[in-house]
Amino acid sequence: MMEKSRRDFLKIGGISALGLSALPALSVLAGKKQPAFKLSDKALEGKRWAMVIDMKKCWEKQKKEGCKDCLLACHSIHNVPEIDNPKREIKWIWTEPYENAFPNLEYEYTKEVLKDKPFIVMCNHCSKPPCVRVCPTKATFQRKDGVVMMDFHRCIGCRYCMAACPYGSRSFNWGDPRPYIKKENMEFPTRTKGVVEKCNFCAERLAVGLKPACVEACKAGALVFGDLGDPNSEVSKLLKSNYTIRRKNDLGTEPNIYYII
Amino acid sequence: MLDLAFKGSKRYWRWLIFLLAIIGVGAACYLLQLREGLKITGMSRDVSWGFYIGQFTFLVGVAASAVMVVLPYYLHNVKEFGRITILGEFLAVASVMMCLLFIVIDLGRPMRLFNVLLHPTPNSILFWDMIVLNGYLFLNIVIGWTVLHSEKKDVPPPKWVKPLIYVSIPWAISIHTVTAFLYAGLPGRHYWLTAIMAARFLASAFCSGPALLIILCFLVKKYTKFDPGDKAINKLSNIVTYALLVSVFFVLLEVFTAFYSQVPGHMHGLEYLFVGLHGHGKLVPFMWLFTVLCIVAVALLINPNTRKKEKTLLIACVATFFAMWLEKGIALVVTGFIPNPFEQITEYMPTAPELAITLAVWATGFLILTVLYKVAISVKEEIEGL
Repeated sequence: MMEKSRRDFLKIGGISALGLSALPALSVLAGKKQPAFKLSDKALEGKRWAMVIDMKKCWEKQKKEGCKDCLLACHSIHNVPEIDNPKREIKWIWTEPYENAFPNLEYEYTKEVLKDKPFIVMCNHCSKPPCVRVCPTKATFQRKDGVVMMDFHRCIGCRYCMAACPYGSRSFNWGDPRPYIKKENMEFPTRTKGVVEKCNFCAERLAVGLKPACVEACKAGALVFGDLGDPNSEVSKLLKSNYTIRRKNDLGTEPNIYYII
Repeated sequence: MLDLAFKGSKRYWRWLIFLLAIIGVGAACYLLQLREGLKITGMSRDVSWGFYIGQFTFLVGVAASAVMVVLPYYLHNVKEFGRITILGEFLAVASVMMCLLFIVIDLGRPMRLFNVLLHPTPNSILFWDMIVLNGYLFLNIVIGWTVLHSEKKDVPPPKWVKPLIYVSIPWAISIHTVTAFLYAGLPGRHYWLTAIMAARFLASAFCSGPALLIILCFLVKKYTKFDPGDKAINKLSNIVTYALLVSVFFVLLEVFTAFYSQVPGHMHGLEYLFVGLHGHGKLVPFMWLFTVLCIVAVALLINPNTRKKEKTLLIACVATFFAMWLEKGIALVVTGFIPNPFEQITEYMPTAPELAITLAVWATGFLILTVLYKVAISVKEEIEGL
């Protein structure tokens, strides 16, 4: 009995080893290399994704209707938990008063025009992102099209990226976020406790040809998304014809969110 | 040699059991943290590193105890240190062990720790910190143990140890430098963004490590038959004096640059620490305590009479160690996050379970230290026929 099973074991093992060693040869024989992963034909492609936010348009809408469409759209499709405690909250897109969003631009007399005006803030998808530079596992990384992504499955939760981000764009799951998700969107993963998260420029929507959810949700047309690599894109045109500002431009992180004020 | 750790007096065992009890309480709290997440700590979205990373930062400094005896002994032939190199090295081992534990307990997903090895990322300073800390731990265990073993056998240490000892000297510099680089290279964290950070880390390390070593030498002298020797302690106290003065000087340099330039971002951190910022000042009492301790330590150390007297030297060393702990272990890390990127202030205070876990890591360090010192001192007593 013992003999037989050992012989069987060796046989199976031998065949398996043979199979494994034959695999690379087989794949060569198979000829044409198939891509392991293929994007949808509809996927939006860009060289450097960016967003131009026209705050005046946004404020008009806010004044009339107290509009929060972009924030709600983003947080609901991305399963962002609603945690009331400001120390533990998770935010992908939200508003900050002018003087907080642009602390280095604030002075006595700007206050008259812009004081307490809410600015939409989110991850800047910097061209030179310090968060990516410091991550010890490449859990946060930059795609060729400029989107700064998070791999929730690789993140070890060291929070070095949070220390590195000068924009406060990153949130950490101090506890299990799932009990705080009101209605789960089954199309997008929920997160586990102990990982960092932030705006992903709706990478999952770009992949199927859709613009970011916040842009789509904005009825005022205040949020414009597009490719700065294309001189004819709407964002490129807006940047040519308007004076725009970026958050903490002097730090050299090259943010890709622009504000028209 | 390890068998020597299992033969000890009643007091030795009582001390170990006491440490184990603290570790037990902390371990229970850590299980809670594993289940609930880091929300059981006082850290927040704004102050995302706290006590754990502070202790890690401080203890990297304490590990300098080794290089501050090894360098004079092997490069400058300071014979007095021959008796205590092993004490410096084993203190470094215990310190680095605590550093590594503090990093691991601070992780949100500790079970993914090995992703750092699985996806090595040389552009991350944390990756290099892992390498230098583990390397330094390895060097000190191997060097310390091998040299002690040779002493026990009454033979000269094997030839291959010498190169390791020489490597361990610049390696010690690297652990402080790389740890400082964790902080000093981040845009937008003004309190940390200073070129002098690595120099400050080295200076505070060179006083806090040897200060603790002096305290430990006195304890060894009191509770065992082995006498580390007054000459060695004397030399060490000189090192502590210079390093403390340089350390204080460096802090004053930061104060000058911030306040003479009047750049708000550079002033905020120091204002928060010493006078409070916009009505927030939880660390103010700690920083004035730091100031007082520094003054006391400097006064006692620069006066040769008080420096050479056992009692006053001990006070000076405790003051030095505690001052550096306040500055590195609490103030440095937290203040980097104040104000936050939106120039708002969220303060930080550790919670009870967070403190219990912290205490348990310290207890683990002291357990390792006690066992290693027990072995080393038993060997020394045996050699000297005490």
